[in-house]
Amino acid sequence: MAERSFAKEVKKLKLGAGEEFTGEGILAITKALLQCGVGYVGGYQGAPISHLMDVLADAQEILGELGVHFEASASEATATAMLAASVHYPIRGAATFKSTVGTNVASDALANLASGGVTGGALIIVGEDYGEGSSIMQERSHAFAMKSQVWLLDPRPNLPSIVAAVEHGFELSEASNTPVMLQVRIRCCHVHGSFVAKDNQRPAMTVADALENPRRDTQRIVLPPASFLHEKEKISKRLPAAIDYIKRHKLNETFGGSGKVGIVMQGGMYNGVIRALQRLGLADAYGDTEVPLHVLNVTYPLVEDDLVGFCADKDAVLVIEEGQPDYLEQALGAMLYKAAATVRLEGKGVLPMAGEYTGQVMLDGIGAFLRQHASDMLAPEVRAPNVPAPPLYDDLAKTVPARPPGFCIGCPERPIFAATKLVEQELGNHHIASDIGCHLFSIMPPFELGATTMGYGLGPASASAFNSPDAKRRSISFVGDGGFWHNGLTSSIGNAVFNKNDGVIVVVDNYYSAATGGQDILSSRATNRTKSTRHPITEAIKGMGVNWVRHIERTYDVGAMRAALKEALTTDEKGPKVIVASSECMLNRQRREAPLKAKAAAEGKRMVRTKFGVDEDVCTGDHACMRLSGCPSLTVKHLDDPLRDDPVAAIDESCVGCGNCGEVADAAVLCPSFYQADVVSNPTGWDRFRFNLRQGVISALQHWRERRRPVFGEQAA
Amino acid sequence: MKLGLPEGPDSIGGIIKICILAVGGQGGGVLSGWVTDVAQRSGWHVQSTSVAGVAQRTGATIYYVEMMPRDPARPNDFPVLSLSPSPGDVDILIAAELAEAGRAVLRGFVTPERTALIVSNHRMLAVSEKIVPGDGRADSETVIRRAGEAARRIVHFDMETLARQAGSVISASLFGALAGSGELPFPREAFEATVSSGGKGARASLAAFALAYDRAAGVPAAATTDVVEEAKGEHGTVIPPRFAQAWQALLRRTAALPQPVRDMADPGLRKVVDFLDLAYGEEYLSQVERIAATDTEAEGFAFSREAAKYIANAMVYDDIIRVADLKTRSARGDRVRREVHLGDSQTLATTEYFHPRMEELCGVLPAGLGAAIEARPKLMKTLNRFVDRGRRIRTDTIHGFGMLWVIGGLRRFRRRLLRHKVEAAHMREWLALAETERAGNYALGVEVLKCRRLIKGYSDTHVRGHSKFDRVLACLSLLKGRTDAADWLRRLREAALADADGVMLDGAIKTVRSFAEAPAANVS
Repeated sequence: MAERSFAKEVKKLKLGAGEEFTGEGILAITKALLQCGVGYVGGYQGAPISHLMDVLADAQEILGELGVHFEASASEATATAMLAASVHYPIRGAATFKSTVGTNVASDALANLASGGVTGGALIIVGEDYGEGSSIMQERSHAFAMKSQVWLLDPRPNLPSIVAAVEHGFELSEASNTPVMLQVRIRCCHVHGSFVAKDNQRPAMTVADALENPRRDTQRIVLPPASFLHEKEKISKRLPAAIDYIKRHKLNETFGGSGKVGIVMQGGMYNGVIRALQRLGLADAYGDTEVPLHVLNVTYPLVEDDLVGFCADKDAVLVIEEGQPDYLEQALGAMLYKAAATVRLEGKGVLPMAGEYTGQVMLDGIGAFLRQHASDMLAPEVRAPNVPAPPLYDDLAKTVPARPPGFCIGCPERPIFAATKLVEQELGNHHIASDIGCHLFSIMPPFELGATTMGYGLGPASASAFNSPDAKRRSISFVGDGGFWHNGLTSSIGNAVFNKNDGVIVVVDNYYSAATGGQDILSSRATNRTKSTRHPITEAIKGMGVNWVRHIERTYDVGAMRAALKEALTTDEKGPKVIVASSECMLNRQRREAPLKAKAAAEGKRMVRTKFGVDEDVCTGDHACMRLSGCPSLTVKHLDDPLRDDPVAAIDESCVGCGNCGEVADAAVLCPSFYQADVVSNPTGWDRFRFNLRQGVISALQHWRERRRPVFGEQAA
Repeated sequence: MKLGLPEGPDSIGGIIKICILAVGGQGGGVLSGWVTDVAQRSGWHVQSTSVAGVAQRTGATIYYVEMMPRDPARPNDFPVLSLSPSPGDVDILIAAELAEAGRAVLRGFVTPERTALIVSNHRMLAVSEKIVPGDGRADSETVIRRAGEAARRIVHFDMETLARQAGSVISASLFGALAGSGELPFPREAFEATVSSGGKGARASLAAFALAYDRAAGVPAAATTDVVEEAKGEHGTVIPPRFAQAWQALLRRTAALPQPVRDMADPGLRKVVDFLDLAYGEEYLSQVERIAATDTEAEGFAFSREAAKYIANAMVYDDIIRVADLKTRSARGDRVRREVHLGDSQTLATTEYFHPRMEELCGVLPAGLGAAIEARPKLMKTLNRFVDRGRRIRTDTIHGFGMLWVIGGLRRFRRRLLRHKVEAAHMREWLALAETERAGNYALGVEVLKCRRLIKGYSDTHVRGHSKFDRVLACLSLLKGRTDAADWLRRLREAALADADGVMLDGAIKTVRSFAEAPAANVS
């Protein structure tokens, strides 16, 4: 776990009844799980739910005391399949992952789990990564809930509401024998707030109890004829039970006055709706409003009579539903039509069909709805706003550069792509398939390498069609170590072996599942108290049947990396050519080494700090090095020299001395401007003697020459 | 029900909305945590959110905080706060970097009625700004001007440098600037208590906080807290006595040049003398004087000024000798020690990354020999096998340093070496071309001189630069006789500097061809 400590967060998990919990939403959910007597938790890391996994991984002590089993699952499918423990046993279980990417992977298990149904409460916490800053394709989890017939909670985005949703989620699951999905959006996961804690509960039945007393029920297994019955049971028994529970416990909430127009919304949209109403002068700071609101904390299933009832005395109702297709609006439309209602239904007409419902979108959409259907509620200046159009700032738009995410300072993946670019300069362009992970930043400048990304661990799989004896070129595909263990070993490597794919596969091994926060995986080099690590990727690949395997143990060796790629692209050897490129994620390495270095420094131990620099008078300002780097610490600066037109390269204080600059300058034959400086703190006596001796000679040589020539200030050079 | 004015700052009972824009890795999370903490500490309602995840990796990131005083009448109620900022609805915008402030303005988060903009005006260059072969940096002036126009008030200074001076990071100085701006109604002590509770590094953070607080609050900075530019390491000019007279004579000659020319000739003279010797300086000045003598004040001496600049650059070509010379100077050693902050008790090792090829080696051979080898591609290839490889040279060792020192000493033989002959011939041609064009079109002559800017870099980059230079100047025949020829040559040059592969240049040349080969319309 990159030696990162979550001790502070773990302490919050121990809070007892009546104490106030303060912290992030996702941590509140973690605490709520323990309060609900969960028996086991599994999941796959990824924003925004990584924190849940990280904290539980560090909370072994509490989990042990409570008898809770925790697992860092191999994939989202694994995590969901794990919920099978709640099929026959009354044990509460939870699985968590990023959605919709994780939900896609989990679908197989989810469908089977939903078919047989559950006895113990099964909660799937999906961290919704939608909208601004999202790193994934934009889809809706709602579709999965509908097609697998599992219930979907979408609570209002505040800590008490999401904690309540966890509690109700388990009870709803048990009351209806159906898994429940709890959807929390990314900002909600990271929202900082508080709630009053309860005591943690030991599970009524632990997984140990279940192991000792095995049970089975053929009726719950997905095989005909039981599976046909499951589908009917979903409708005849589980759905009515769920609706009954939702109504009895008033999971959906109605707020506001008795106006002639109303708003129906997903729970997660609540704060945004209130803000829009506040700005329209129709709500106060505490959310008290004249506009009737129906908040769906459960977005599937819908409670028909509640919804029809809410609409009954209204002229118009607006549905606020983020994402597409407009499932809620369609469903409500059908309900109202069947009920012969006359209310006007608005939704994706005044609001956009696709995209995030930001503050401005809400303000515009709700404003348009109210102006149209209830203009009397609005103050005159809101009804017909007389606001000048905002300035366009064309010059500013041209000036401000885009700033997409990229490789970190000292990232070990940078030299891999520098080498790839150099190989392409030599052998021409190739079809390159990318994968999910930090290494996908290769598609951005300065590298601009990679044509597609088809899913986690599916980089090489996505190049599988490009295997033709008629072509002289091979495809290159990338897969990270995270993706490799998640799915890549079978779907990508195994597939390439079996189908005799002739392409080149690069496994980017940075010792962690780095993009998701530096979690350990099978091939991590760290010793992990609770997990089995240090399983070499090369061994797995060889075991899979790959004959041509090269291992680069230091990715910063751009020359070696380039040579390996070149060999892989040109060798006569048949079958997949796999290069495993290994170097530790710099972010995690810094995190791991910082305390060790601080300690060593405090103890007065000899330490070497490496930094790179550029001789500004040697640099000609052509920036060729930048085009093979993009490192944030390698930048340009203006020299105070009227003879120079262009800024020169410079390395700022943030340099971690990874060596990429020097290696690239060498491998690409760029220029001799780079130097490496190794500063030795607490040098030994021998170090000092040698240094002084050398400096003495060097100084003498320098002065000998400088006495014999005109010497100008540095800037003149 | 208490309802305030619509869409105004007070419509919702004094909620303060704070948006933080940063570059991933700048500590925006720490800052938003502090802002949340100071409000909590003061008994306010507060809510913060962020979009963490992969965007944190060096990309633009955004954090958002809303806060509001507790209403004694509603002690148990929590306000409904938004999870994301809205355009036109932000009270305080903190940008940890200048371009991010520009981005905030573009996104509508900075508006004249509402927003106090607190921004560190230093730059962290985006990749797109750095990979341009020319100067791709965004214009900071535009950003500051527009940001100032867009904001209710703007507090801007270099909080990055200030934080570094205090041994801390920018989150501390941004927090200090926020406190010092007085935009939040909390006492300074509350902010400081928040910083202090951070534990590790709190002292340095408090120092950075205090410096920024004073700057933002308009407290006149004490001499010690001034943001001082890092020392330039100017060693001054030292001329050994035996050269003094000749040097003074050269200086007198530059003094006699028209001022605009002298502005370039002075540094130019130092540059060429530094490269070789005083005689080389004499050669340089003779050229400049000859050109200046035929130039005219009516044009502001533009041609001779550019000539003084680019002749110096052309005469000071980048050969192995120059690199070795530059890397073995005492001033260079001092600069490296300064850059790595070498302490008295520390030692230092320096490694140079060289990769010479046969081409570079031939350049430093006597002209006849070098040319003879170059004329035999097979021999070149064979010899290159022994030469063409990366060489890491330790310039802190006597052996490594000594080797470079000796190579640097070859300086005085330069006039006889191949590279010198090649460069001198190239310069003569280019200068002659510029002077010819000047005769017909003054501005065009100036532009021809300026094309020298295209030649830079080493090895392949240098070759590419040369080829761009040739391709741009080859267009002269197409532009012949056009009144706008100078402007077109400038555009071609700028296109050549816009990208490495010459895509823009290809396009520009195509455009020139399209009108040059069409029936002339614009020919005077």
